[in-house]
Amino acid sequence: MTTALTDDTLAATPHAIRDEMIAFGIMTALLLIVPFTGVYPFFVMQALCFALLACAFNLLIGYGGLLSFGHAMFLGTAGYITAHALKVWGLSPELGILVGTAGAAALGVITGLVAIRRQGIYFAMITLALSQLLYFIYLQTPFTHGEDGIQGIPQGRLFGFLNLANPTVLYYVVLAGFLLGFLLIFRTINSPFGEVLKSIRENEQRAISLGYKTDQYKLLAYILSGTLAGLAGSLKVFVAQNASLTDVHWSMSGEIVLMTLVGGLGTIFGPVVGAFVITAMQQYLAGYGQWVTVIQGVIFVACVLAFRRGIIGEIAHLLRRSL
Amino acid sequence: MKNKISALLLGTALALSAGNLAYAQDKTVKIGALSDQSGLYSDLGGPGSTLAAQMAVEDSGLTAKGWKIDIISGDHLNKPDVGVNIARQWFDVDKVDVIVDVPNSGVALAVSNVVKEKNGVLIDSGAGTSDLTNAQCTPNTIHWTYDTYTLAHGTGSALAKAGGDTWFFLTADYAFGAALERDTTAAVIAAGGKVLGGVKHPLSTSDFSSFLLQAQASKAKIVGLANAGADTTTSIKQAAEFGLTSGGQKLAALLLFITDVHSLGLNTAQGLNFTETFYWDLNDQDRAFAKRFQDRMKNHNMPTMVHAGVYSGLLHYFKALEALGGNPHDGAKVVAKMKEMPTDDPLFGKGSIQPNGRTIHPAYLFEVKKPSESKAPWDYYKLVATIPADEAFTPLDKSTCPLLKK
Amino acid sequence: MQALYAQLLVGLINGSFYALLSLGLAVIFGMLNIINFAHGALYMMGAFCAYFLLNLLNIGYWPALILAPVAVGIFGMILERTLLQWLAGLDHLYGLLLTFGMALIIQGVFQNYFGSSGLPYSIPDALKGGMNLGFMYLPIYRGWVVIFSLVVCIATWYLIERTRLGANLRAATENPTLVRAFGINVPRMITLTYGLGVGLAALAGVLSAPINQVRPLMGADLIIVVFAVVVIGGMGSIMGSIITGFALGVIEGLTKYFYPEASNTVVFVLMVLVLLVKPSGLTGRAN
Repeated sequence: MTTALTDDTLAATPHAIRDEMIAFGIMTALLLIVPFTGVYPFFVMQALCFALLACAFNLLIGYGGLLSFGHAMFLGTAGYITAHALKVWGLSPELGILVGTAGAAALGVITGLVAIRRQGIYFAMITLALSQLLYFIYLQTPFTHGEDGIQGIPQGRLFGFLNLANPTVLYYVVLAGFLLGFLLIFRTINSPFGEVLKSIRENEQRAISLGYKTDQYKLLAYILSGTLAGLAGSLKVFVAQNASLTDVHWSMSGEIVLMTLVGGLGTIFGPVVGAFVITAMQQYLAGYGQWVTVIQGVIFVACVLAFRRGIIGEIAHLLRRSL
Repeated sequence: MKNKISALLLGTALALSAGNLAYAQDKTVKIGALSDQSGLYSDLGGPGSTLAAQMAVEDSGLTAKGWKIDIISGDHLNKPDVGVNIARQWFDVDKVDVIVDVPNSGVALAVSNVVKEKNGVLIDSGAGTSDLTNAQCTPNTIHWTYDTYTLAHGTGSALAKAGGDTWFFLTADYAFGAALERDTTAAVIAAGGKVLGGVKHPLSTSDFSSFLLQAQASKAKIVGLANAGADTTTSIKQAAEFGLTSGGQKLAALLLFITDVHSLGLNTAQGLNFTETFYWDLNDQDRAFAKRFQDRMKNHNMPTMVHAGVYSGLLHYFKALEALGGNPHDGAKVVAKMKEMPTDDPLFGKGSIQPNGRTIHPAYLFEVKKPSESKAPWDYYKLVATIPADEAFTPLDKSTCPLLKK
Repeated sequence: MQALYAQLLVGLINGSFYALLSLGLAVIFGMLNIINFAHGALYMMGAFCAYFLLNLLNIGYWPALILAPVAVGIFGMILERTLLQWLAGLDHLYGLLLTFGMALIIQGVFQNYFGSSGLPYSIPDALKGGMNLGFMYLPIYRGWVVIFSLVVCIATWYLIERTRLGANLRAATENPTLVRAFGINVPRMITLTYGLGVGLAALAGVLSAPINQVRPLMGADLIIVVFAVVVIGGMGSIMGSIITGFALGVIEGLTKYFYPEASNTVVFVLMVLVLLVKPSGLTGRAN
């Protein structure tokens, strides 16, 4: 009997919800005061986008049991659509985000219908192939400007009055987006839908025998995961002011897996912590060029061999709480 | 983001020296060498550009006059978003004043936008796209060394006039490749030639066989390589393998650096024609610079024209700062001063900067020597023709730079 | 028409690399149930090994064809002993993640020491030059690549499917406990198998060194295509991977002639289609 990826990360205790709410409160409080500390807000904003992305990915693997090796396609697609909407169609920021996220949702539906039919290794391979397919399509379609990417995207005013060119305003907007996505995931996990999802992950045959149409549940989880990943991509466009091929490349998918793995697969706060750790590492080691890749590889190996629960997973295990 | 210590020191120095806000004039300069440190273009720019910057600082004599000058370097990994992130952070957090080098036209165009937004200075010596001083010019960017117009008119016109009147292009699918193909096409047609067709390849391709087959099938007299770095050397190598030249076609490497010739070896590279604006063996001053450079380079490579451009661009920047009496930390103001003053440095000779940010100086058409003609290591080129400064760059009346519209 | 034949032949040449690489992957997956993401990095190591043999030890191409795969194969076996064997009872996805990490490490280290531009490795003198086939000029070296790959592929298939050693290997992965009861050293079989797969990757690397630039990232994007080949051919089916590898090269060549824009994507489209209809691949065994 092979051990599934998230077998020993979820310990449901009676006070689980209370613990998680406390942790959520701490996280939100810390994030709210960031502009008043000396930390460079752009760094935190980028980390928040990746945190949302990792949380979305984690929804699928941690609670749905499906490892998607192609999540970059949602990040990139939403990013390109939002960028194009803002720069070429001249849409206002909130419409741009909406259109980008909707694009990611549509992509989720199309790719989900193809990918959900298989699971395990095959699912991972299909998502990888689909994302690579999309990468090559984007490389060639004119609207993405290929290697140069879409540059110089205007930041505009959200809802007509929030000036996104102001870093502090932009920070709170991105934070709001992140918290929205996070709460949505949190709510999903702790809903009847989430319970069915978890049961499918534990034993799909049993769930089918109980009368659940497991494929529909998995598809829904996949679409939700993809949509939220798209939201992260749309938000990132405002932070980086560009959309490029890096966001759709399979190495980006690998980074998403790494962030979640480091933080803790199947935990609620793990992906957030993982995203911050990896983004920080990339920032501070940027002067060391390709050593960053080596270090990421070492972390991957170390996590898989000895540290499978990830940071939050280990903490949760020690404290015997659900995080 | 290296050298946080320098950032701290600079901050302290600033705080101690003037006692007032950042936009006051002072004698501090922070230089950011943004390049491709580990990828396709790391040999023609990369660590060599940081070295060239250091040499410029030393030769300017400013530290002896009490100036505090720091250099940090960054790796843009040939990705526009990485370059933009580094540039933005350099301006916001590290208080960088001037960014130099930036090879890879896609990155250069993106960084140029950021530099304008933050009112810094960009002295781009590595990128080739002529768009930097045409449609996408800004009051904060100066384009040194070469651009696609130079290459097109040097190599393109010369070859077309000499009988190579039908062309087929192998183009790298990004800003530079497209600009190079566009400018060379214009030069070839102006010289009476025809372009029979072309094919685009992704950046960093390792196998050109199917593209070379198409080039051979086109029967064009000249196969133009509108790419750079490893893409150029790989396509040249594989073209030799597929017998392109024995079939009667000629290969035109539209952009070639001395480091490329070095990695190809004279056996493969001999006879290639191309345009550059600097060669270490042209005169005594170039040789002196090259010797100092080579001694300090870890891999003992000779300087490319990109390195020479970083050196000469910074020397002129320092002259402008001295003329202003200090560093006003106002990019547009410094660039305006740089455009006012004619350029004169040991490597590029006398020249000037046009209002659209384009530095003009003579260019040279070279041919790679045969192995038998080479007397020493790095003795690779023979000079075929000198192209005067006013012919080597876009004439002002043809420039599409919005700054020129008065 | 001539252009079509030329592209088909080039496609066949590319196909032989796909076949060799997917052969190694199929051996490893079929025998060990590990998706070896490090395969591309090991292919690159094979090419670099050939480069070092030439430039440091003055050992030419022909000995390198044997020495490099052996050297990298031994490296692979060490990796298996020290890292992969701990994943024996776990979900297959961990194997994917571990080898992914291994690939990052190997590629990153090489990139730091050798930059990303290529190192030159010339075609051996005996294979220089070319023949004019009428519809195209075929470099002799590329013809050699096709023939040699075919030979190696068939030899490997024969070894695994028709010899006793191969039978033991196959049995050991289908039912390790039973095979161990017969006195066969199963862990050693597994290590050897991984070494064999890795050696095949390195061999492909040596073959490609004279025509592609020897550079640290040469395997990185190739590996995804090779995954697609293995999946289409049938994860674990040796013959399936060989045939699919060559076939895919040819199909890519056809696409480059009729619809060049799609040439990068045709492999993945095919893979998705095959996975939908027959997830165990064209000739694979249902797992």
